[in-house]
Amino acid sequence: MRNVVAIAKVVLLEMYRRKDFYVLFIVTVLITAVMGSVTFFHDPNIVQYLKDLCLFLILASSLFIAIGATARQIPAERESRTIFPLMAKPVSRAEILAGKFLGCWLACGVALLLFYIFFSCVAVSREHSLPLAQYFQAATLQWAMLALVVGMTLLGSLVFTAVSSNVTISFIAVVFILLVGRHLHQVAVHMNAASGTFITGLYFVLPHLELFDVRDLIVHDWPIIPWGYWLGALVYAAVYSALLLTASWLLFRRKVLQ
Amino acid sequence: MTPARPFVFLLILLVVLCSGIAARLDCWFMGWQGNRANSWNPLDVFIGSGQRLFAESFYREADVYYHSGYYPTIYDNREAFQTEHIGEDTGAVASHNRGDETGFMGAPLDFIDSFGRHFYPSRHTHLDEGGPTDDLSTSYRVAEILPWLKIASKLDPRDVKTYLVMAYWLRVRLHKVSDAELVLRDGLRHNPGDPQLLFELGRIDFGDYHNLASARGVWEGALRSWAAEKPNVPRSERLKYAVENFDDRFIFEQLHEYLAQLEVEATNYPAALNHLKLAQLASPKPDELQQQIDDLKRKMAKTDSSSAHR
Repeated sequence: MRNVVAIAKVVLLEMYRRKDFYVLFIVTVLITAVMGSVTFFHDPNIVQYLKDLCLFLILASSLFIAIGATARQIPAERESRTIFPLMAKPVSRAEILAGKFLGCWLACGVALLLFYIFFSCVAVSREHSLPLAQYFQAATLQWAMLALVVGMTLLGSLVFTAVSSNVTISFIAVVFILLVGRHLHQVAVHMNAASGTFITGLYFVLPHLELFDVRDLIVHDWPIIPWGYWLGALVYAAVYSALLLTASWLLFRRKVLQ
Repeated sequence: MTPARPFVFLLILLVVLCSGIAARLDCWFMGWQGNRANSWNPLDVFIGSGQRLFAESFYREADVYYHSGYYPTIYDNREAFQTEHIGEDTGAVASHNRGDETGFMGAPLDFIDSFGRHFYPSRHTHLDEGGPTDDLSTSYRVAEILPWLKIASKLDPRDVKTYLVMAYWLRVRLHKVSDAELVLRDGLRHNPGDPQLLFELGRIDFGDYHNLASARGVWEGALRSWAAEKPNVPRSERLKYAVENFDDRFIFEQLHEYLAQLEVEATNYPAALNHLKLAQLASPKPDELQQQIDDLKRKMAKTDSSSAHR
């Protein structure tokens, strides 16, 4: 476990030095500030459009950070040949993978925390109330979703040779699941037997990232999700991430790194 | 060494040729209807008339907000959402909605579907009826639909429906009469003489400012615009009971009904009677109007007899 934490720390340090997060955070702040400066019909209480925009920017930025950072990890180590001195130490391949995963996921968590603090400030400035439980649920669910995204991208970095192809395919897959994932079974019902079965199978196999996107509940001030369901979603994310990590390890343990 | 002079001449020739062609094309371009360079609006320059396609999406987004996110996607049964409820509730838009608006999702198809319904809005609510919390004291939050309507009106200023819906919610539910008036005047700037916009403007004069003379002028102007809209179509044809005539019939009936109300208030009963009879031509319920006519006739007779006694 110490090895895993040590590798994760290195990944975190690397992310801290990179400019991705700072740029995305500044862009989010600027766009939100510009949109927030607009008042409609002299009503300072109109806030939902601003929350919607800010949460969308947070989702897009966090996905960009998660996929961009994770896709680089192993190919960059291989390209710069730093993976060999790393493996010369008493560190197993499983520990390297787990360390990379943990580092990327923690970095996403730190970024998400800062984004949500900013979002809370924006919401409080207009609404004069802070539904902490809702925001906590939204942030934790999004962080759990990022665990799945990091896992998927890490697996992709072992399948695809180029970083760019992994980033592109991971982005397309994530956006596809977020947009269509919930409706696949519904679509399958109206299809013929063979394609219907295939789509239904896909529906049950794909990671349901859309479960973790609760922006609509936050934007429109819906009551909190029952804690049992919230916990269920977190368990689902944990199990699926473990599955993805296991699949990554199966590929990585026999991979020729030359 | 190759002499440079021929190349310099060639260069000068090309510059002159290019400038000449540019000057010639510029004259044509400035007069061309599709020239977007005259506009200072970046949307006009980059998207052009394509922005009208986005306007409809923003209008629909306002309806999504009105339902606090509970809205059918392209995969759901949309029969009950053919016409946006923000427009339908104003009474100014023909409704094509059928079916159950509360249960378009149907029963959960599987355990993931059932589980997932806790993570997105899955109950039918309207913002002006309490929204997700069912708290009627928060009905003022219906104002949240306004930014999307405002953007839709900027993207497609020729769409009258957006101004009507915006003015309705501002005037009736948010009690911002002056803002509603400004919205309608903005709509009239882009759609001069539109009878529906004039009708709404007249309602503000009549109902909120109690300015009978101004309201009468605006509504009579609206009737003239209504007649001028389709000068070659006879009135009887436009007032036929058919879905495609909804707007024509609705506005004609409403204008005459409101003018009748105005004339009653101004104790000008013969004019009121005339307006009610005209409203009957377009009304889906002429019997109800007949009752009003009878009541008015009785009132007129009573007034005549009391003045004769004096």
